Amino acid sequence: MNRVACDVAVVGGGPGGLAAAIGARETGARRVVVIERDGHLGGILQQCIHNGFGLSILEKDLTGPEYAHHYVSEALERGVRCFTNAMAIGLSPDRRITAVSPEAGLITIEARAVVLAMGCRERTRGAVWLPGTRPAGIMTAGAAQRFINIDGYLPGRRIVVLGSGDIGMIMARRLHLEGCIVEAVVEYRGTVGGLTRNLVQCIRDFDIPLYLRHTVTAIRGTRRVTGVDISPVDEGGAPDASRSQTLACDTLLLSVGLIPENELSKQAGVQLDEGTGGPIVNESFHTSVPGVFAAGNVLHVYDLVDDVTRCALAAGTSAARFAADYEATGPSTDAAARIVPGAGVRSVVPQRLSAHLPDTVEFHLRASTEGRRRTLELTGRQRGTVYRRRCPVVRASEMVRATVRGIGASGDDELTFRIGENCGEP
Amino acid sequence: MARYDTEVLVVGAGAVGVAVARELCRFRTRVLVADRLNDVGGDASKSNSAIVHTGFDAEPRTLESETVVHANPLFDRLCRDLEIPFIRCGAILVATTEEEEEALPRIMQRAEQNQVFDVEYLTAQRARRLEPALTSARAGLLVPGESIVDPFLLVVAQAENAAQNGVEFLTSCEIERIERSAQTFVVSSTLGEIRARFVVNAAGLRGDVVSHMVGIEDFTVHPRRGQFHVIDRSAPLGIRHIILPVPTKLTKGTLLTPTVHGNWLIGPTAEEMEDRCAHETTADGMEEIVRGAGRLVPGFDPRHVITQYAGLRAVRTPGGYHLRSFARVPGFIELSGIRSTGITASPVVARRALAMLRAAGLETQPDEDFVATRTGIPAFRDLDDVERAALIERDQRYGRIVCRCETVTEAEIVQAVQRTPGARDMDGVKRRVRAGLGRCQGGFCGSRVPRILSELLGVPLERVTRNGLGSELLAGPTRAPGDSP
Repeated sequence: MNRVACDVAVVGGGPGGLAAAIGARETGARRVVVIERDGHLGGILQQCIHNGFGLSILEKDLTGPEYAHHYVSEALERGVRCFTNAMAIGLSPDRRITAVSPEAGLITIEARAVVLAMGCRERTRGAVWLPGTRPAGIMTAGAAQRFINIDGYLPGRRIVVLGSGDIGMIMARRLHLEGCIVEAVVEYRGTVGGLTRNLVQCIRDFDIPLYLRHTVTAIRGTRRVTGVDISPVDEGGAPDASRSQTLACDTLLLSVGLIPENELSKQAGVQLDEGTGGPIVNESFHTSVPGVFAAGNVLHVYDLVDDVTRCALAAGTSAARFAADYEATGPSTDAAARIVPGAGVRSVVPQRLSAHLPDTVEFHLRASTEGRRRTLELTGRQRGTVYRRRCPVVRASEMVRATVRGIGASGDDELTFRIGENCGEP
Repeated sequence: MARYDTEVLVVGAGAVGVAVARELCRFRTRVLVADRLNDVGGDASKSNSAIVHTGFDAEPRTLESETVVHANPLFDRLCRDLEIPFIRCGAILVATTEEEEEALPRIMQRAEQNQVFDVEYLTAQRARRLEPALTSARAGLLVPGESIVDPFLLVVAQAENAAQNGVEFLTSCEIERIERSAQTFVVSSTLGEIRARFVVNAAGLRGDVVSHMVGIEDFTVHPRRGQFHVIDRSAPLGIRHIILPVPTKLTKGTLLTPTVHGNWLIGPTAEEMEDRCAHETTADGMEEIVRGAGRLVPGFDPRHVITQYAGLRAVRTPGGYHLRSFARVPGFIELSGIRSTGITASPVVARRALAMLRAAGLETQPDEDFVATRTGIPAFRDLDDVERAALIERDQRYGRIVCRCETVTEAEIVQAVQRTPGARDMDGVKRRVRAGLGRCQGGFCGSRVPRILSELLGVPLERVTRNGLGSELLAGPTRAPGDSP
């Protein structure tokens, strides 16, 4: 059995994990280890061959592999030790990681600080209760992306995409460009689930039929998919199967949501937030377990990889500080204040604030409401409004940001974010 | 076309067919098992509640109750010998209304008639002590002998053991015609002609089709569909017993059962179908079983559902189990009407089949080389770290985890394919070693297992199937070799 001792161990070598490792090295952690289950670093970016990555953080328009390459090189140049083909299968509260790999066998990694960077997984047919037969030809959009871009195989020739998350829309365009017929992108809600730029560049620019307020009410075919029934959804969200139509296709791709991958976090006893599906953290990305931090989509699903990198660099910095035992903030359970999602807000990260707050804290929110000319505010019972800003457009699918200065630790132990029509604004 | 000669042809490689094969493989008798599907255990035997019944609630004095009651105690030995996951977890039948409570004495009486003597009455308090989640229980019955098994491994393990002892298996072999000439059945199949002295019809859902081929036309099979939800093992349910509702005149209702792999199942529905391929789930069915589960376990949270499936019970008209031989078709044995209790009854049904074959003239000389045990594929998931390290040392492929949710390694998948009868497709791998059965439902391993299959089977990736010809996973390469980009 291999034993490795280190200052910071990062679980996952995708964009979150790489940035965390770089952040840790830059903050002075000497022994930094990344554990990656794939044969290569870069995570999901390896299969995202479209462009649009790095526009804000690198001020370049890169493809996924190019963006990944940038940070893989940086991590390797900085002397981060990477175990590839190694799957972490255990994490204890005292920060011992068990991993397995064909070459190194069973590896035990004892870390002074751990950064969770396992990313997220796609929701499946079973989780959304899609009725019908169970033939070949149903897969998640991400799985199809891997087949096409990594393996060089087409999942089918006539495609229906259920869900309009970013991967779903990107895959609709990708399959179209590969010569497949994309019969429809079907979205349950009244607006697409992904970014507006993807609606324009992937759906509209290629005249791909988009069915809003529709869903799949039956899958047909015994061996391979032969078609799907799609039905309109009424105001209450119930599909009306009496108005269904059958679309002939051989493939149904699902893009119906992403779920942070927290099986290891649960093993270590990390407290999770029902709203995000990820760990509850404070402004240093410290989870409820001392010395365990979280970075990237394991925390909550980001819209842009640039934000993942930015936040994960900070998480790596925090982990390195904890490992060096200076300026270490306590875990999120020692928080001085809780941040709660109020009206119009589904979730917020960080969910806790420590007693040693920096000057500014950046919050990331998911709205539960949509519309124009909204106001975002953060209030406490004692201090009243701490922060307020106008939001010209709020969409449930696009992350809302709030950079709050000088919150201060004293005063309220609970602060609430709200998104309202005008929230008392004149 | 190939030609096969055998003494006994067993039609159908479900729970009943492989049990017959395993019973026969103790003797120096040539046995061939043919199934229309791409794998053994394909239809009703794979999609059910995975319960080994005691028969406590069966209709008394029927062939069904008799075989089920006698079969239940055989499972400890069978599952030990063949390394099949099996747990004697016991069942609690829960009464949640006054009316249901009043039905309990009648159910106990029936258990006694069926010679299941260890059923105990439970007060609400005791029921809750055994299962704290049963907050709506007014009273109940404890049935200690009710057990759970991996129904697919039950079939695979018996098939592997039978194969090890010389039984031959033909998959993707649909029987088209049976003729009798002199002492021999001449059977036409999609794989060629099969000559056999005896034919055992264990075709389950197609049992009537096979019997009709020899002129027995006094019954039909009607599928009764049952839909199920599978619950994630991380769900905070904590339930260790099978939880049964009080049956009504109309339905046996929704049950909730743990599985041998740590998940739970809720279901089934009971829908009379015309189509023998009606394996689809429906929105209504999925709602119905969630409501049913909520009645048994009030805190049940449907968000922990990871997938659904639907199985078809091979119900026969006229009803009941029928284990028959026929004076006008000597050598033909029919095992029909083996419906949802068939997983349980199969070992005893197989013994009856053997007795009928002997009566029809089959000679059974014990085979001295018979091996009664079969070793399962070591599951990395169930081992401790020292054992894991040792396995990787021996075979590096134990160090490559292919299915992350169920912690299945490449080495296990390779063994699933290399055994006889081995996995030939994604479903075969999934059912043997659980790759793809976890909460991400193949989202991760779904692109990795096909590569392993393609390599081991020596076929291009686009020929790898989900469950046989016509269920190819991929359409083909994005560009043919030599195409300009």
